[in-house]
Amino acid sequence: MTDPMIKPELAPGVAAEPELVPPPSPMPVMQLRDVSVAFSGRPAVRNVSFDIPENEVTALIGPSGSGKTTLLRSLNRMHDLVRGAEVSGSILLGDIDVYGGSISPTLLRSRVGMVFQRPNPFPTMSIYDNVTSGLRFNGVRRKALLEEAAESALIAAALWDSVKNRMKAHASTLSGGEQQRLCIARALAVEPRVLLMDEPTSSLDPVATKRIEELLGELKDRVSIVIVTHNMQQAMRVSDTCAFLLMGEDRAGELVEYAATTKLFGEPDDPRTADYVNGRFG
Amino acid sequence: MVPDGAYRVGLATVAAVFALLLLAFVTSLVVQARPAFAHFGFGFLTGTKWDPVHGHLGALTFVVGTLETTMIAMVIAVPIGLGTALALAYALPRRLQAPLSMGVELLAAVPSVVYGLWGLLVVAPAVRTVLEPALAKLTGGHEPFGGIQEGIGLLLAGLILSIMVLPTLVAISRDVLIAVPHEQVEGAYALGATRWQVLRRVVVPHARAGLLGATTLATGRALGETIAVTMVIGNTVSFAHSLFAPTATMASVIANEFTEATEPFHLSALVAVAVILLGVAILVNVTARLLVRSVGGRQRVGLGVA
Repeated sequence: MTDPMIKPELAPGVAAEPELVPPPSPMPVMQLRDVSVAFSGRPAVRNVSFDIPENEVTALIGPSGSGKTTLLRSLNRMHDLVRGAEVSGSILLGDIDVYGGSISPTLLRSRVGMVFQRPNPFPTMSIYDNVTSGLRFNGVRRKALLEEAAESALIAAALWDSVKNRMKAHASTLSGGEQQRLCIARALAVEPRVLLMDEPTSSLDPVATKRIEELLGELKDRVSIVIVTHNMQQAMRVSDTCAFLLMGEDRAGELVEYAATTKLFGEPDDPRTADYVNGRFG
Repeated sequence: MVPDGAYRVGLATVAAVFALLLLAFVTSLVVQARPAFAHFGFGFLTGTKWDPVHGHLGALTFVVGTLETTMIAMVIAVPIGLGTALALAYALPRRLQAPLSMGVELLAAVPSVVYGLWGLLVVAPAVRTVLEPALAKLTGGHEPFGGIQEGIGLLLAGLILSIMVLPTLVAISRDVLIAVPHEQVEGAYALGATRWQVLRRVVVPHARAGLLGATTLATGRALGETIAVTMVIGNTVSFAHSLFAPTATMASVIANEFTEATEPFHLSALVAVAVILLGVAILVNVTARLLVRSVGGRQRVGLGVA
């Protein structure tokens, strides 16, 4: 499912003299520049700019109302489905302008997958049909391809062993934690470059939460992850980089600080960040 | 303050009165129908001759007529109704959704005699001069589009019925479709599905039991519809060998003949037809309710529906 438009291949000869050129800092997988989101003219997120590093976990943290989820949903154009929603500024995926018209929202969403707060497997479909649904939406028909992708995605989501003998069972027969891992597998099967996760453990018990958190570290090599969480311990445990948002003037969320997770929690630059991560509010 | 016990007894009494009324209703119908059933036995259901004067009474023509008109109505109404419901729930801009939904609900409130009158005065001439000649041309005047083109008959009855059940079908289907959880729709979009794929692979499958329930409730209404059908079907006691031919349904024969049924057997036979019709209607309604319930209790269904 590689798309040449999105994954520009390295031109031959670029790495001809590696000793002389210093290793380039890896290009961020997504870049946000002055991103604002408004609903019916009312701003919800204002002028947010930061980079999402490739093959890392980036956490969006902040109190409720700070626009974390709103910002996340602008990355795969989910706001297109909401009347009156307006996204401005620029968001790049690689070097493609997400809102630029050179990539359709449906193609974009197969490159930037999403996992939601509550597990939402399709209840009318079997486990197998759930995992392969994204591929079939994108026109993949060959059985061998589908089966291979399903197995690989389920292994990656640490669900293969418990479902490999009941792939035809309905998705609703799984536990909540398993359903969420099924949703992760479903998103992974399309082989996205970025996986957006909107508080993916907020409806799960501590054991299921721990399994998902462990999973994030294993998935990093495969996909860049952006996770929204209201749980600071979780952000500390799972993320490499952190963006802290706060509700600014006229209730719109603004970016306060963006830094490596260890720095943001250890020695933040902004006093408001320090107050928040030390639990003095929020 | 009313004590809890009295409250409970009061409500139980009201409920019991209703249950008794229902029981009395069904019992009296069965008692009145008994002479006909006893005299003609199973032949009442299989007999095709309906001659009250000479005492030959078989109801098969009407049973078939009811099933035929209902089938024609559903064949026309289901695709149009489901399509309209999908459009109302997911495709049209919000500005259009509200007024159109209201229009559909208004159509459900039109009394059936008005549909009958309209069918007779406006639709029948159009069917006779436009639709029937066109259909006859398709088959070269052979069945099922053969015979005299009168306008009035099986086809017109089915057509009018389809228009009458559409509001029910659309209103309930739309509610069932809207009730599909938003996270299901979003989940599909987030995987790169197109709008059509979201509807076809996620929304409709999720709502399928409710849609089946809506269809069944609409079928129930078509089965029992009386006055409009009586006005446009022609009321002849004969099988329709063509869609253009006049015939009769269970409901229409009762409405047509009960005022002139002086023979005791004739009256009993009409009540017996009513019992058969009631049985079919109950069966369809119970099926619909079970189907709709299996989809979950969130939907607003069964309001004001036969």
